[in-house]
Amino acid sequence: MNAHSSAEPPKGLRLYRTLFLSSLQLSAFTFGGGYVIVPLMRRRFVEQLHWIDEEEMLDMTAIAQAAPGAMAVNAALLVGYRMAGFVGALVTMAGTILPPLLMLTVISYFYEAFRDNTVVALILKGMRAGVAAVIADVVVTMARGVARERRLLPLLLMAGAFAASYFFAVNVALILLICGAAGALDTLIRRRREEKP
Amino acid sequence: MIYWELIWSFFQVGLLGFGGGYAAMPLIQHQVVELHPWMTMTEFSDLLTISQMTPGPIAINAATFVGTRVAGIPGALAATIGCVLPSCVVVLALAVLYARYRRLALIQGVLSGLRPAVVALIAASGLSIVYLTFFGTEVLPALASLLSRTDILAVLLFAVALFLLRKFRLNPIWVMLGTGAAGLILYPAAEWINGLVAGRIS
Repeated sequence: MNAHSSAEPPKGLRLYRTLFLSSLQLSAFTFGGGYVIVPLMRRRFVEQLHWIDEEEMLDMTAIAQAAPGAMAVNAALLVGYRMAGFVGALVTMAGTILPPLLMLTVISYFYEAFRDNTVVALILKGMRAGVAAVIADVVVTMARGVARERRLLPLLLMAGAFAASYFFAVNVALILLICGAAGALDTLIRRRREEKP
Repeated sequence: MIYWELIWSFFQVGLLGFGGGYAAMPLIQHQVVELHPWMTMTEFSDLLTISQMTPGPIAINAATFVGTRVAGIPGALAATIGCVLPSCVVVLALAVLYARYRRLALIQGVLSGLRPAVVALIAASGLSIVYLTFFGTEVLPALASLLSRTDILAVLLFAVALFLLRKFRLNPIWVMLGTGAAGLILYPAAEWINGLVAGRIS
Protein backbone atom coordinates (compact mmCIF):
# COMPACT_ATOMS: atom_id res chain seq x y z
CA MET A 1 0.00 0.00 0.00
CA ASN A 2 2.92 2.32 0.64
CA ALA A 3 4.42 1.83 -2.78
CA HIS A 4 3.36 5.32 -3.84
CA SER A 5 4.72 7.50 -1.06
CA SER A 6 8.38 7.69 -1.79
CA ALA A 7 9.10 11.00 -3.51
CA GLU A 8 10.80 13.69 -1.45
CA PRO A 9 8.84 16.96 -1.65
CA PRO A 10 10.82 20.19 -2.22
CA LYS A 11 11.38 22.61 0.63
CA GLY A 12 10.47 26.23 1.33
CA LEU A 13 8.97 28.46 -1.31
CA ARG A 14 8.94 25.82 -4.02
CA LEU A 15 6.83 23.56 -1.82
CA TYR A 16 4.40 26.39 -1.04
CA ARG A 17 4.17 27.28 -4.70
CA THR A 18 3.37 23.69 -5.71
CA LEU A 19 0.81 23.39 -2.93
CA PHE A 20 -0.84 26.69 -3.86
CA LEU A 21 -0.97 26.01 -7.59
CA SER A 22 -2.17 22.42 -7.09
CA SER A 23 -5.01 23.40 -4.79
CA LEU A 24 -5.93 26.33 -7.05
CA GLN A 25 -6.19 23.99 -10.03
CA LEU A 26 -8.08 21.28 -8.13
CA SER A 27 -10.56 23.74 -6.67
CA ALA A 28 -11.32 25.22 -10.07
CA PHE A 29 -12.57 21.76 -11.11
CA THR A 30 -14.62 20.62 -8.11
CA PHE A 31 -17.91 20.58 -9.97
CA GLY A 32 -20.70 18.45 -8.63
CA GLY A 33 -20.19 18.43 -4.88
CA GLY A 34 -17.38 18.09 -2.38
CA TYR A 35 -16.48 14.47 -3.08
CA VAL A 36 -15.06 15.36 -6.49
CA ILE A 37 -12.10 16.83 -4.62
CA VAL A 38 -11.11 13.28 -3.53
CA PRO A 39 -10.29 11.84 -6.98
CA LEU A 40 -8.62 15.09 -7.98
CA MET A 41 -6.45 15.25 -4.86
CA ARG A 42 -5.69 11.55 -5.02
CA ARG A 43 -4.50 11.88 -8.59
CA ARG A 44 -2.34 14.92 -7.83
CA PHE A 45 -0.81 14.08 -4.45
CA VAL A 46 -0.83 10.26 -4.46
CA GLU A 47 -0.33 9.30 -8.10
CA GLN A 48 1.51 12.26 -9.62
CA LEU A 49 3.58 13.74 -6.81
CA HIS A 50 3.79 10.60 -4.59
CA TRP A 51 3.78 12.81 -1.48
CA ILE A 52 0.89 11.09 0.30
CA ASP A 53 0.04 7.40 0.38
CA GLU A 54 -3.28 5.80 -0.43
CA GLU A 55 -4.23 5.06 3.17
CA GLU A 56 -3.45 8.55 4.41
CA MET A 57 -5.58 10.00 1.63
CA LEU A 58 -8.54 7.94 2.84
CA ASP A 59 -7.88 8.96 6.46
CA MET A 60 -7.82 12.62 5.43
CA THR A 61 -11.06 12.16 3.50
CA ALA A 62 -12.67 10.71 6.62
CA ILE A 63 -11.45 13.58 8.80
CA ALA A 64 -12.51 16.18 6.22
CA GLN A 65 -15.94 14.58 6.12
CA ALA A 66 -16.33 14.35 9.88
CA ALA A 67 -15.34 17.98 10.54
CA PRO A 68 -17.74 20.89 10.03
CA GLY A 69 -17.56 23.02 6.91
CA ALA A 70 -16.97 22.40 3.24
CA MET A 71 -15.31 19.13 2.28
CA ALA A 72 -12.95 20.71 -0.27
CA VAL A 73 -11.69 23.32 2.19
CA ASN A 74 -11.20 20.73 4.94
CA ALA A 75 -9.35 18.34 2.66
CA ALA A 76 -7.12 21.18 1.44
CA LEU A 77 -6.31 22.19 5.02
CA LEU A 78 -5.34 18.59 5.86
CA VAL A 79 -3.11 18.12 2.83
CA GLY A 80 -1.47 21.51 3.41
CA TYR A 81 -0.81 20.76 7.07
CA ARG A 82 0.53 17.31 6.25
CA MET A 83 3.00 18.71 3.72
CA ALA A 84 4.07 21.99 5.30
CA GLY A 85 2.49 22.57 8.72
CA PHE A 86 0.24 25.50 9.56
CA VAL A 87 1.64 27.75 6.83
CA GLY A 88 1.04 24.96 4.32
CA ALA A 89 -2.56 24.65 5.50
CA LEU A 90 -3.12 28.38 4.98
CA VAL A 91 -1.52 28.19 1.54
CA THR A 92 -3.72 25.32 0.32
CA MET A 93 -6.81 26.92 1.87
CA ALA A 94 -6.13 30.18 0.04
CA GLY A 95 -5.64 28.22 -3.19
CA THR A 96 -8.94 26.41 -2.65
CA ILE A 97 -10.98 29.50 -1.81
CA LEU A 98 -9.66 31.76 -4.53
CA PRO A 99 -11.31 30.19 -7.63
CA PRO A 100 -14.89 30.20 -6.27
CA LEU A 101 -14.31 33.62 -4.68
CA LEU A 102 -13.18 35.19 -7.96
CA MET A 103 -15.74 33.39 -10.08
CA LEU A 104 -18.73 34.17 -7.88
CA THR A 105 -17.67 37.80 -7.42
CA VAL A 106 -17.66 38.26 -11.18
CA ILE A 107 -20.86 36.27 -11.71
CA SER A 108 -22.76 38.10 -8.97
CA TYR A 109 -22.66 41.23 -11.14
CA PHE A 110 -24.37 39.62 -14.13
CA TYR A 111 -25.78 36.39 -12.82
CA GLU A 112 -28.98 36.34 -14.83
CA ALA A 113 -27.05 36.32 -18.11
CA PHE A 114 -24.84 33.51 -16.83
CA ARG A 115 -27.72 31.45 -15.49
CA ASP A 116 -29.66 31.60 -18.76
CA ASN A 117 -26.71 31.08 -21.10
CA THR A 118 -27.24 28.05 -23.40
CA VAL A 119 -23.53 27.47 -24.08
CA VAL A 120 -22.81 27.28 -20.34
CA ALA A 121 -25.75 24.90 -19.84
CA LEU A 122 -24.57 22.53 -22.60
CA ILE A 123 -20.98 22.44 -21.33
CA LEU A 124 -22.20 21.71 -17.81
CA LYS A 125 -24.50 18.98 -19.04
CA GLY A 126 -21.58 17.26 -20.76
CA MET A 127 -19.29 17.86 -17.81
CA ARG A 128 -21.69 16.15 -15.44
CA ALA A 129 -21.13 12.87 -17.31
CA GLY A 130 -17.39 13.41 -16.83
CA VAL A 131 -17.84 14.10 -13.10
CA ALA A 132 -19.89 10.92 -12.72
CA ALA A 133 -17.14 8.92 -14.48
CA VAL A 134 -14.40 10.47 -12.34
CA ILE A 135 -16.24 9.51 -9.15
CA ALA A 136 -17.04 6.00 -10.46
CA ASP A 137 -13.35 5.53 -11.29
CA VAL A 138 -12.12 6.51 -7.82
CA VAL A 139 -14.78 4.36 -6.14
CA VAL A 140 -13.67 1.30 -8.13
CA THR A 141 -10.01 1.93 -7.25
CA MET A 142 -10.71 2.52 -3.57
CA ALA A 143 -13.17 -0.35 -3.17
CA ARG A 144 -10.59 -2.69 -4.70
CA GLY A 145 -8.12 -1.48 -2.07
CA VAL A 146 -10.60 -2.38 0.68
CA ALA A 147 -11.33 -5.78 -0.91
CA ARG A 148 -7.62 -6.54 -1.17
CA GLU A 149 -7.34 -6.67 2.64
CA ARG A 150 -9.26 -9.96 2.41
CA ARG A 151 -11.09 -9.36 5.68
CA LEU A 152 -14.79 -9.54 6.30
CA LEU A 153 -15.29 -6.53 8.58
CA PRO A 154 -14.13 -3.79 6.17
CA LEU A 155 -16.36 -5.26 3.45
CA LEU A 156 -19.33 -5.39 5.82
CA LEU A 157 -18.71 -1.82 6.95
CA MET A 158 -18.47 -0.68 3.35
CA ALA A 159 -21.75 -2.38 2.39
CA GLY A 160 -23.50 -1.22 5.55
CA ALA A 161 -22.33 2.38 5.24
CA PHE A 162 -23.44 2.47 1.61
CA ALA A 163 -26.91 1.17 2.45
CA ALA A 164 -27.24 3.51 5.42
CA SER A 165 -26.25 6.55 3.40
CA TYR A 166 -27.93 5.78 0.10
CA PHE A 167 -31.14 4.00 1.04
CA PHE A 168 -31.83 5.33 4.52
CA ALA A 169 -30.19 8.80 4.35
CA VAL A 170 -28.59 8.27 7.74
CA ASN A 171 -26.56 11.23 9.00
CA VAL A 172 -22.99 11.06 7.73
CA ALA A 173 -21.48 11.85 11.13
CA LEU A 174 -23.39 8.95 12.68
CA ILE A 175 -22.20 6.53 9.99
CA LEU A 176 -18.60 7.56 10.55
CA LEU A 177 -19.00 7.30 14.32
CA ILE A 178 -20.35 3.74 14.15
CA CYS A 179 -17.77 2.55 11.61
CA GLY A 180 -14.92 4.12 13.59
CA ALA A 181 -16.13 2.46 16.78
CA ALA A 182 -16.47 -0.90 15.00
CA GLY A 183 -12.91 -0.60 13.71
CA ALA A 184 -11.58 0.27 17.18
CA LEU A 185 -13.46 -2.60 18.79
CA ASP A 186 -12.20 -5.03 16.17
CA THR A 187 -8.59 -3.97 16.80
CA LEU A 188 -8.97 -4.31 20.58
CA ILE A 189 -10.47 -7.80 20.29
CA ARG A 190 -7.79 -8.97 17.90
CA ARG A 191 -5.03 -7.65 20.14
CA ARG A 192 -6.45 -9.39 23.16
CA ARG A 193 -6.60 -12.64 21.21
CA GLU A 194 -2.95 -12.24 20.20
CA GLU A 195 -1.91 -11.68 23.81
CA LYS A 196 -3.71 -14.83 25.02
CA PRO A 197 -2.92 -17.57 22.50
CA MET B 1 -21.09 46.89 11.28
CA ILE B 2 -22.10 44.99 8.16
CA TYR B 3 -18.77 43.15 7.87
CA TRP B 4 -19.08 41.71 11.37
CA GLU B 5 -22.64 40.64 10.62
CA LEU B 6 -21.45 38.87 7.47
CA ILE B 7 -18.59 37.18 9.31
CA TRP B 8 -20.83 36.05 12.16
CA SER B 9 -23.62 34.79 9.89
CA PHE B 10 -21.31 32.71 7.74
CA PHE B 11 -19.30 31.60 10.76
CA GLN B 12 -22.46 29.84 11.91
CA VAL B 13 -22.98 28.33 8.46
CA GLY B 14 -19.40 27.04 8.46
CA LEU B 15 -19.64 25.71 12.00
CA LEU B 16 -22.93 23.87 11.69
CA GLY B 17 -22.77 22.66 8.09
CA PHE B 18 -21.65 19.09 8.58
CA GLY B 19 -21.64 16.53 5.84
CA GLY B 20 -21.29 18.38 2.59
CA GLY B 21 -22.88 21.18 0.64
CA TYR B 22 -26.49 20.13 0.74
CA ALA B 23 -26.49 20.03 4.53
CA ALA B 24 -25.42 23.69 4.58
CA MET B 25 -28.21 24.91 2.30
CA PRO B 26 -30.99 25.33 4.87
CA LEU B 27 -28.53 27.07 7.20
CA ILE B 28 -27.54 29.52 4.49
CA GLN B 29 -31.16 30.14 3.63
CA HIS B 30 -31.96 30.84 7.27
CA GLN B 31 -29.12 33.34 7.56
CA VAL B 32 -29.45 35.27 4.31
CA VAL B 33 -33.19 35.12 3.58
CA GLU B 34 -34.97 34.78 6.91
CA LEU B 35 -32.68 36.37 9.49
CA HIS B 36 -31.21 39.14 7.36
CA PRO B 37 -32.79 40.97 4.42
CA TRP B 38 -29.85 40.13 2.20
CA MET B 39 -31.60 38.07 -0.45
CA THR B 40 -35.09 37.20 -1.66
CA MET B 41 -36.10 33.56 -1.96
CA THR B 42 -35.91 33.85 -5.76
CA GLU B 43 -32.37 35.18 -5.57
CA PHE B 44 -31.52 32.36 -3.21
CA SER B 45 -32.76 29.70 -5.61
CA ASP B 46 -30.79 31.42 -8.38
CA LEU B 47 -27.76 31.20 -6.13
CA LEU B 48 -28.27 27.44 -5.79
CA THR B 49 -28.50 27.07 -9.56
CA ILE B 50 -25.34 29.10 -10.04
CA SER B 51 -23.54 27.15 -7.31
CA GLN B 52 -24.24 23.98 -9.22
CA MET B 53 -22.88 25.58 -12.36
CA THR B 54 -19.64 26.81 -10.84
CA PRO B 55 -16.86 24.91 -9.08
CA GLY B 56 -16.22 25.20 -5.38
CA PRO B 57 -18.14 24.52 -2.17
CA ILE B 58 -21.69 25.82 -2.07
CA ALA B 59 -21.13 27.58 1.27
CA ILE B 60 -18.16 29.53 -0.13
CA ASN B 61 -20.14 30.34 -3.26
CA ALA B 62 -23.02 31.63 -1.16
CA ALA B 63 -20.70 33.64 1.08
CA THR B 64 -19.06 35.29 -1.91
CA PHE B 65 -22.31 35.96 -3.71
CA VAL B 66 -24.11 37.40 -0.70
CA GLY B 67 -21.06 39.34 0.49
CA THR B 68 -20.57 40.98 -2.89
CA ARG B 69 -24.20 42.03 -3.16
CA VAL B 70 -24.37 43.38 0.38
CA ALA B 71 -21.00 45.09 0.75
CA GLY B 72 -18.93 44.70 -2.41
CA ILE B 73 -15.66 42.82 -2.58
CA PRO B 74 -14.68 43.49 1.06
CA GLY B 75 -18.06 42.00 1.98
CA ALA B 76 -17.29 38.89 -0.08
CA LEU B 77 -13.97 38.51 1.72
CA ALA B 78 -15.55 39.02 5.15
CA ALA B 79 -18.28 36.45 4.54
CA THR B 80 -15.83 33.91 3.10
CA ILE B 81 -13.42 34.31 6.01
CA GLY B 82 -16.28 33.83 8.45
CA CYS B 83 -17.32 30.71 6.57
CA VAL B 84 -13.93 28.97 6.65
CA LEU B 85 -12.90 30.02 10.18
CA PRO B 86 -14.58 27.08 11.97
CA SER B 87 -13.06 24.63 9.46
CA CYS B 88 -9.61 26.09 10.05
CA VAL B 89 -9.79 25.65 13.81
CA VAL B 90 -11.45 22.22 13.94
CA VAL B 91 -9.65 20.63 10.99
CA LEU B 92 -6.22 21.88 12.05
CA ALA B 93 -6.80 20.55 15.58
CA LEU B 94 -7.73 17.18 14.07
CA ALA B 95 -4.72 17.35 11.72
CA VAL B 96 -2.37 17.86 14.68
CA LEU B 97 -3.98 14.96 16.56
CA TYR B 98 -3.83 12.76 13.47
CA ALA B 99 -0.14 13.51 12.89
CA ARG B 100 0.67 12.76 16.52
CA TYR B 101 -1.50 9.73 17.25
CA ARG B 102 -2.11 7.99 13.92
CA ARG B 103 0.36 5.25 14.84
CA LEU B 104 -1.50 4.30 18.04
CA ALA B 105 -3.19 0.92 17.77
CA LEU B 106 -6.58 2.23 18.86
CA ILE B 107 -6.48 5.12 16.37
CA GLN B 108 -5.35 2.68 13.69
CA GLY B 109 -8.45 0.65 14.56
CA VAL B 110 -10.75 3.67 14.28
CA LEU B 111 -9.21 4.65 10.95
CA SER B 112 -9.48 1.07 9.63
CA GLY B 113 -13.23 1.34 10.26
CA LEU B 114 -13.49 4.79 8.70
CA ARG B 115 -11.73 3.95 5.44
CA PRO B 116 -14.38 1.54 4.06
CA ALA B 117 -17.10 3.94 5.28
CA VAL B 118 -15.60 6.81 3.31
CA VAL B 119 -15.44 4.70 0.16
CA ALA B 120 -19.12 3.84 0.69
CA LEU B 121 -20.09 7.49 1.21
CA ILE B 122 -18.33 8.52 -1.98
CA ALA B 123 -20.04 5.64 -3.80
CA ALA B 124 -23.47 6.69 -2.50
CA SER B 125 -23.03 10.29 -3.59
CA GLY B 126 -21.54 9.09 -6.88
CA LEU B 127 -24.57 6.91 -7.60
CA SER B 128 -26.87 9.92 -7.19
CA ILE B 129 -24.73 11.86 -9.66
CA VAL B 130 -24.78 8.93 -12.12
CA TYR B 131 -28.59 8.77 -11.95
CA LEU B 132 -28.85 12.53 -12.31
CA THR B 133 -26.65 12.33 -15.38
CA PHE B 134 -28.45 9.39 -16.98
CA PHE B 135 -32.08 10.08 -16.09
CA GLY B 136 -32.27 13.68 -14.87
CA THR B 137 -33.38 12.58 -11.38
CA GLU B 138 -31.36 11.48 -8.38
CA VAL B 139 -33.25 8.20 -8.01
CA LEU B 140 -33.75 5.36 -10.46
CA PRO B 141 -36.97 5.98 -12.43
CA ALA B 142 -39.64 3.28 -12.78
CA LEU B 143 -38.79 0.53 -15.23
CA ALA B 144 -41.60 1.52 -17.60
CA SER B 145 -40.23 5.02 -18.12
CA LEU B 146 -36.59 4.01 -17.82
CA LEU B 147 -35.76 3.95 -21.52
CA SER B 148 -37.65 7.09 -22.47
CA ARG B 149 -36.00 9.03 -19.67
CA THR B 150 -32.47 7.87 -20.42
CA ASP B 151 -30.12 10.48 -21.81
CA ILE B 152 -28.30 8.11 -24.20
CA LEU B 153 -25.66 10.69 -25.06
CA ALA B 154 -24.82 11.14 -21.36
CA VAL B 155 -24.52 7.36 -20.93
CA LEU B 156 -22.14 7.24 -23.90
CA LEU B 157 -20.05 10.14 -22.60
CA PHE B 158 -19.89 8.49 -19.18
CA ALA B 159 -18.79 5.16 -20.67
CA VAL B 160 -16.08 6.73 -22.81
CA ALA B 161 -14.84 8.89 -19.92
CA LEU B 162 -14.71 5.92 -17.54
CA PHE B 163 -12.87 3.85 -20.14
CA LEU B 164 -10.26 6.58 -20.64
CA LEU B 165 -9.82 6.98 -16.89
CA ARG B 166 -9.41 3.28 -16.17
CA LYS B 167 -7.47 2.22 -19.22
CA PHE B 168 -5.13 5.19 -19.73
CA ARG B 169 -5.23 6.81 -16.25
CA LEU B 170 -6.13 10.08 -17.98
CA ASN B 171 -6.15 13.14 -15.73
CA PRO B 172 -9.70 13.70 -14.35
CA ILE B 173 -9.47 17.39 -15.19
CA TRP B 174 -8.94 16.61 -18.88
CA VAL B 175 -11.79 14.13 -18.79
CA MET B 176 -14.17 16.73 -17.34
CA LEU B 177 -13.06 19.39 -19.83
CA GLY B 178 -13.41 16.84 -22.65
CA THR B 179 -16.93 15.82 -21.74
CA GLY B 180 -17.86 19.51 -21.34
CA ALA B 181 -16.65 20.26 -24.87
CA ALA B 182 -18.35 17.11 -26.15
CA GLY B 183 -21.63 18.22 -24.54
CA LEU B 184 -21.43 21.61 -26.26
CA ILE B 185 -20.98 19.96 -29.67
CA LEU B 186 -22.91 16.69 -29.40
CA TYR B 187 -26.16 17.80 -27.70
CA PRO B 188 -27.04 20.33 -30.44
CA ALA B 189 -25.82 17.80 -33.06
CA ALA B 190 -28.08 15.09 -31.63
CA GLU B 191 -31.01 17.50 -31.63
CA TRP B 192 -30.32 18.44 -35.23
CA ILE B 193 -30.22 14.77 -36.30
CA ASN B 194 -33.40 14.08 -34.34
CA GLY B 195 -35.09 16.95 -36.13
CA LEU B 196 -33.88 15.65 -39.47
CA VAL B 197 -35.20 12.12 -38.76
CA ALA B 198 -38.52 13.43 -37.46
CA GLY B 199 -38.87 15.62 -40.57
CA ARG B 200 -38.33 12.67 -42.88
CA ILE B 201 -40.89 10.48 -41.11
CA SER B 202 -43.73 12.99 -41.01
